Amino acid sequence: MILGIETSCDETAAACMTEDGQVLSNVVSSQAQLHARYGGVVPEVASRRHLELIEPAVREALFEAGTTLDDIDEIAVTQGPGLVGALLVGLAFAKGLAWARGLPLAPVDHLHGHVASLFLGDDAVEPRFACLVATGGHTLLLDVSERDRFRRIGTTLDDAAGEAFDKGARLLGLGYPGGAALDRLSRDGDPEAYRFPVARVPGHDFSFSGLKTALLYAVRDLTAEQLASRRADLAASYERAIVTALVRGLERAGEALGVERLALVGGVAANSELRRQLQPLGVSLTPLELCTDNGAMICSAARYVPKLRFPHYGDIDAYSSA
Amino acid sequence: MGEVVSTSVEATERAAALLARRLIVGNVVEVSGELGSGKTSFIRGACRALGVEGPITSPTYTIGHRYEGRLPVSHLDLYRLERVSRAELGDLEPLLQDAVVFIEWPAAGRGTLPAACVQVRLAHLDPCRRLIDVEATDPAFADLGAELDRLVA
Repeated sequence: MILGIETSCDETAAACMTEDGQVLSNVVSSQAQLHARYGGVVPEVASRRHLELIEPAVREALFEAGTTLDDIDEIAVTQGPGLVGALLVGLAFAKGLAWARGLPLAPVDHLHGHVASLFLGDDAVEPRFACLVATGGHTLLLDVSERDRFRRIGTTLDDAAGEAFDKGARLLGLGYPGGAALDRLSRDGDPEAYRFPVARVPGHDFSFSGLKTALLYAVRDLTAEQLASRRADLAASYERAIVTALVRGLERAGEALGVERLALVGGVAANSELRRQLQPLGVSLTPLELCTDNGAMICSAARYVPKLRFPHYGDIDAYSSA
Repeated sequence: MGEVVSTSVEATERAAALLARRLIVGNVVEVSGELGSGKTSFIRGACRALGVEGPITSPTYTIGHRYEGRLPVSHLDLYRLERVSRAELGDLEPLLQDAVVFIEWPAAGRGTLPAACVQVRLAHLDPCRRLIDVEATDPAFADLGAELDRLVA
């Protein structure tokens, strides 16, 4: 059995998975059960928060899987990219635990983890495919040629798609982060009410900062009363522009690579409009519970990376950039 | 000390390049302004002038990016933080050391992060124009105002 640990950003996450890819537990710190049991604090950026939650998260993952450390054969952990202080908590915990138990350690790339969320369950996606990774911090197009090999062909030039959703929500007065709230509100709005720009960028890159500015000006021209009555239309039109850019980018990547199989992973893959538009195109969508950062995807990726045998992982370090 | 009206992303990047030429390792530059006022564009222009290649993207989620150019550059974004606690300062220290440091949404870090030697404020004038205001007290930046003036002349 593999124990997977992920602490690259806000989530402290741990999961247990069998060697053949069955996920027995997948605990994420923002989830209710851990909140209820350990104080209910919203994760903050400080690695101190990870430090407080890492052990409870691992205990919970073992408990939910109905297992103990005695059954763990390997420990997988996110090595990067992410905030180094946050990554180091997971990495140091994983190293220490593996060392104490004499277990091998599998250092996993966070983006590979997102891709590997597609290799779980009955509908596992087989490479080669074009993959859109859309999260709060990244928006990337990847050429995934093997389960352990991918190449970046495009990226955002400014804001990530998840960030565009969250900042748009803030401009609309939906709080921050408000990507999910914006998604809900959009269902009551007319996506054609406003024409927001969809940036045309050379190659396979994305740009969302002009769109954010366009929303700012649209909101600024309205009185509070007008904004209240147009908020859903603004949300739906704004969401439409982001989704159009993502769908178009993924389709064009597939064409350029000459691959029919397309896939979407990452937190933004939870957006309902994006799922609604991609489903009829036959695009493989990561299951909702695996969209945000989690330990199961790290376990999944660990099956395809070289394991470091005990005790040859003492000096591996976290890395910040993709 | 100097301000300039930018009518394009390119002009914002050129103004930033003028500043960047005067920066040395250890300098901290605060870049503030509303959403969409061009903070990331300004920092991108400065990074290019410092020899950084590849995408310069918003670090809102990751809080900080580190780039290797002619000089090492750190790009911080405190948007998601209400304040920088001591614990968070520890997380950010590797980014603050041995680099030219740019900080977007700097308010949360005042009093905890190293003091800035340059303050850049960006403001929307209308959809096509931004006001870029640069404040610096160090003599190293003395002629920057005049150069910014020539940028528009």
